[in-house]
Amino acid sequence: MTQPRTLYEKIWDAHVVEKRDDGTCLIYIDRHLVHEVTSPQAFEGLRMSGRRVRRPDLTLAVPDHNLPTTARVDAAGNRLPIADPESAQQLAALEKNAPEFGIKYIGATDKEQGIVHVIGPEQGFTLPGTTLVCGDSHTAAHGALGALAFGIGTSEVEHVLATQTLLLAPSKTMEIRVEGTLGAGVTPKDVILHVIGVIGTAGGTGHVIEYRGNVFEEMSIEGRLTVSNMSIEGGARAGLFAPDEKTFAYLKGRPMAPKGADWDAAVAYWKTLATDAGATFDRSVVIDAADIAPTVTWGTSPEDVVAITSTVPAPDSFSDPSKRAAAEKALDYMGLTAGQRMQDVTVQHVFIGSCTNSRIEDLRAAAAIAKGRKVAPGIKQALIVPGSGLVKLQAEAEGLDRIFIEAGFEWREPGCSMCLAMNPDKVPAGERCASTSNRNFMGRQGPGARTHLLSPAMAAAAAITGHLTDIRELVGEAA
Amino acid sequence: MEPIKTVDGRAYPLGVKNVDTDMVIAAKWLKGITRAGLGKGAFEALRAEPGNVFDDPAYAGSPILIAGDNFGCGSSREHAAWALTDMGVKVVIAPSFSDIFASNAFKNGILTVALPQEAVDRLMDVAKTDPIHVDLEAQSVTTPFQDRFSFEIDPFRKSCLLGGLDEIGLTLARTDSIGAFETARAKDQPWLAPALA
Ligand code: SF4
Repeated sequence: MTQPRTLYEKIWDAHVVEKRDDGTCLIYIDRHLVHEVTSPQAFEGLRMSGRRVRRPDLTLAVPDHNLPTTARVDAAGNRLPIADPESAQQLAALEKNAPEFGIKYIGATDKEQGIVHVIGPEQGFTLPGTTLVCGDSHTAAHGALGALAFGIGTSEVEHVLATQTLLLAPSKTMEIRVEGTLGAGVTPKDVILHVIGVIGTAGGTGHVIEYRGNVFEEMSIEGRLTVSNMSIEGGARAGLFAPDEKTFAYLKGRPMAPKGADWDAAVAYWKTLATDAGATFDRSVVIDAADIAPTVTWGTSPEDVVAITSTVPAPDSFSDPSKRAAAEKALDYMGLTAGQRMQDVTVQHVFIGSCTNSRIEDLRAAAAIAKGRKVAPGIKQALIVPGSGLVKLQAEAEGLDRIFIEAGFEWREPGCSMCLAMNPDKVPAGERCASTSNRNFMGRQGPGARTHLLSPAMAAAAAITGHLTDIRELVGEAA
Repeated sequence: MEPIKTVDGRAYPLGVKNVDTDMVIAAKWLKGITRAGLGKGAFEALRAEPGNVFDDPAYAGSPILIAGDNFGCGSSREHAAWALTDMGVKVVIAPSFSDIFASNAFKNGILTVALPQEAVDRLMDVAKTDPIHVDLEAQSVTTPFQDRFSFEIDPFRKSCLLGGLDEIGLTLARTDSIGAFETARAKDQPWLAPALA
């Protein structure tokens, strides 16, 4: 009889090409996503050494980080140039490298274009039980579908392009169980922010997290994508959800998902992947769902979280001296004072988007708040950036774009946008943004920008009131 | 890749915890399409602060950087490793490193040395006045004051760093195994070939 194994161990075992004496393994990679920022030097390396891409058919390229989110074609349908010469250069490099190496490329003006982590699942490129990599740390998102998915650096991108494998040491396993009933207004984003607050940004280092318990089982695939996305903020390289009926229903009929008899065989295999009864994890964290409130960050690390009803913590409240010093620095950078009510914090910018929260359910949640209301006068910019062209079309078919535009939001083209200060969407120094993205590091949204991470509904609520807002007050406890 | 055997010299006593990759190299520097020249963007925000270690002439060109816990957390950007290489850093010493950074550093021939906090604190003190000696073969960090700290390193990484070996070339030598694995996989799980129409 074989030992009971976790989901992670099953996927790992199924991908070992060779095992070395020291325990590191040559692991086969089933899916490789490529974007414009972390790939040019990898293609440069291949070219310099005269190497080719081993499996272009398992590789998919799309630009997202650098693309402006304003119109990409003029009224006559001609492509508009990108003003920033360096962004234009990175884009041009990918546009040239993909066909040169025979890789399928979704272009900047294709309707399928979007953030790499949104289009992978959307196209059915991401599948349960596969190994999936991308030169981007939020590749962890794809674990929502039961894929062992993690971010890699450019040298590894080059390694996967050339060999379709990676040399890896096995990770430790960690389960995070959230059990019970979530309170009103608590979304998957609040759950993962709370989890990171509990385990800390180094809590998952060296581990792959499996999300378990009824709260995660009941969560939609889009919610799971939000949670798994931020595994990296908890220090873990990857997150995993066991594939279940929801996963299969989500994938069925997607353009790159298996069809016909292949589909049936695939589902039969995927059903064998769940962690066996009796399998053990190296670490276990159990969280009571009732402890999770609508959550926001106050500082410059994703672990700096508090309930929206709470106050800015005092640096003295941290016993660890280095945390105390970090908190002092963070408060100074954020322009906040200890004891200040989070709900009194006014914002000038609102960003609803990023691979964490730019899918259709996120836009629906934000639109439900925006509907029939107006963006507050103190808000300088409130951006809604769909995660992909297909999300955008779906939202438009549902009339969400009208709701946002009438309320005073800007409705943009898909891309990473204000998640990172790499394209024209930035938060000016000293100004404050309620953001659905995943990182609140200093300067992440622009030099000197102040970021508060929160859910799409809470971000929409902040846009309406002009300050961080308890979503339950806007919709009433019953909602 | 340049082999690393011993590294001798002054060390930047940065000491800060949770140095994330945005701090090492901010997003605006990620726009190039080659690896060279990133050193001038390294630690840009920190360098804006007066009295920072990077602009102190005493440490100019140091091959070693000493930092606090969880060095290299945050984004997977390999530009952080390229920026360090470009500024001449060959060794980073800290109590712990983020997984992705440690792997990126290794692939670019940078040695990451994890030592207990007390050892790092001691090295921080020494670095302010004196050079530090790192010996990869002996897996030790020593100072002119008879301090000697041993560190662990994965034997494979050690041999690659010592030999300056190219990892892709090593893996390409395993092409037969990879091909055999692919053939078996295509038979067992035919659905894995995606419909990339
Ligand atoms: S949306 Fe943000 S986190 Fe996601 S891939 Fe783009 S830059 Fe990275």
